[in-house]
Amino acid sequence: MDLTPLFLSLRIAGIATIVVFVTGVFLARVITRSQFPGKRIVESVLMLPLVLPPTVVGFGLLYLFGTNGPIGKLLLHWFDFQVVFTWTGAVIAAVVVAFPLMYQSAAASFQKYDHNIENAARTMGASDWRIFWTISFPLAWPGLLAGLVLTFARALGEFGATLMVAGYIPNKTETIPLAIYFAVESGNRDIALFWVISILIIGFAAILWLNWWSERNILRFSSDDL
Amino acid sequence: MLSINIQKNLQAFMLDVHFNVKSEIAVLFGPSGSGKTTVLNCIAGLTHPNVGQITLNQRDFFPKKGKPVPAAKRHIGYVFQDYALFPHMTVKKNIQYGLKDHHLMDRLTDMMGIDHLLDKYPHQISGGEKQRAALARALVTKPDALLLDEPFSSLDHETKTECQNELLELHKLWQIPVLLVTHDKEEASILGDRLLRIDKGKLVT
Repeated sequence: MDLTPLFLSLRIAGIATIVVFVTGVFLARVITRSQFPGKRIVESVLMLPLVLPPTVVGFGLLYLFGTNGPIGKLLLHWFDFQVVFTWTGAVIAAVVVAFPLMYQSAAASFQKYDHNIENAARTMGASDWRIFWTISFPLAWPGLLAGLVLTFARALGEFGATLMVAGYIPNKTETIPLAIYFAVESGNRDIALFWVISILIIGFAAILWLNWWSERNILRFSSDDL
Repeated sequence: MLSINIQKNLQAFMLDVHFNVKSEIAVLFGPSGSGKTTVLNCIAGLTHPNVGQITLNQRDFFPKKGKPVPAAKRHIGYVFQDYALFPHMTVKKNIQYGLKDHHLMDRLTDMMGIDHLLDKYPHQISGGEKQRAALARALVTKPDALLLDEPFSSLDHETKTECQNELLELHKLWQIPVLLVTHDKEEASILGDRLLRIDKGKLVT
């Protein structure tokens, strides 16, 4: 059994999750705390991939990153780097599709606790940076972690946009969902079943762990302080 | 001395107050929604007035050139109505957060009788204990002025009296301008060296 799809999937989902976590937390924090014209439009654009069919996202990414696309052309020209039909393309597809889940979780968790807690730290002389790391981040952490797990699961399961941007190239862009589809297509039901069961186990473990963790966490903060 | 002269547009009315607080306890007294907390937030730097001036010991918070002095650099202690203790830190960590002097912390926790609470989390202690922890946390930063927003409103009568007496004792030692906000008339007269009545954003005499 060739396990390349598993390692490829974990690598793509892992990198996408890191990118999404950092940008999602940063943008959620900045946008939820500021008022500017067009805020709702910006937020809607960020959430858009959640409601669009992945093929639409794939189409948009192909347009942007294709060798004749506005970004793809520049990347090719400056760095001699092509996104389409590479695993980097799969990472970008996973990032775009999973981003709304992280953003939504992060935005909700930064609004959940009493903002006077941050104000108190401010009056005690703490810098914004210190407040973020010692107050905001730890208090938002349960929600951020939920977003992190959902992001990873969504990135791992990404199919439509990945297929359009990265294509199906065995050993190069063959993630587990793609492996399942093409195994069924070519009549290899055993291989398909193997990957179906693997992804079921990973997904189930993630959700189970998340539920266990959040329950434990709710017990820990079982007061009206938050 | 803390001197305030600010105007700020609020939703229902215009906040327009002008007063000074020497090294005394001044009580800002008025009904809910009269702009009391906004005055405190303006002084602390958590919100800004439309126009006006706030100076503390000759330090101007709105210099002619440049931005207002940020909250973190005003050296003003603030005890919030709900105390705003950091729920994920022990009382000790809470107090240490803005600490400048370890001896001061030991002295304060000893004086206020909260030594035994240091390793507890805020959700494990009572209302009166939270109030003391929040006050200690504000005082260890060695503030040049102290703001208290309805600090005793959620306490039972007995604890309230105890905490009020403690505040008076502490103020004798500290001697900094203290501005306390309350809607409780009795509390205002017990604590206040001076009473400032506020209604719909204006001081009334």
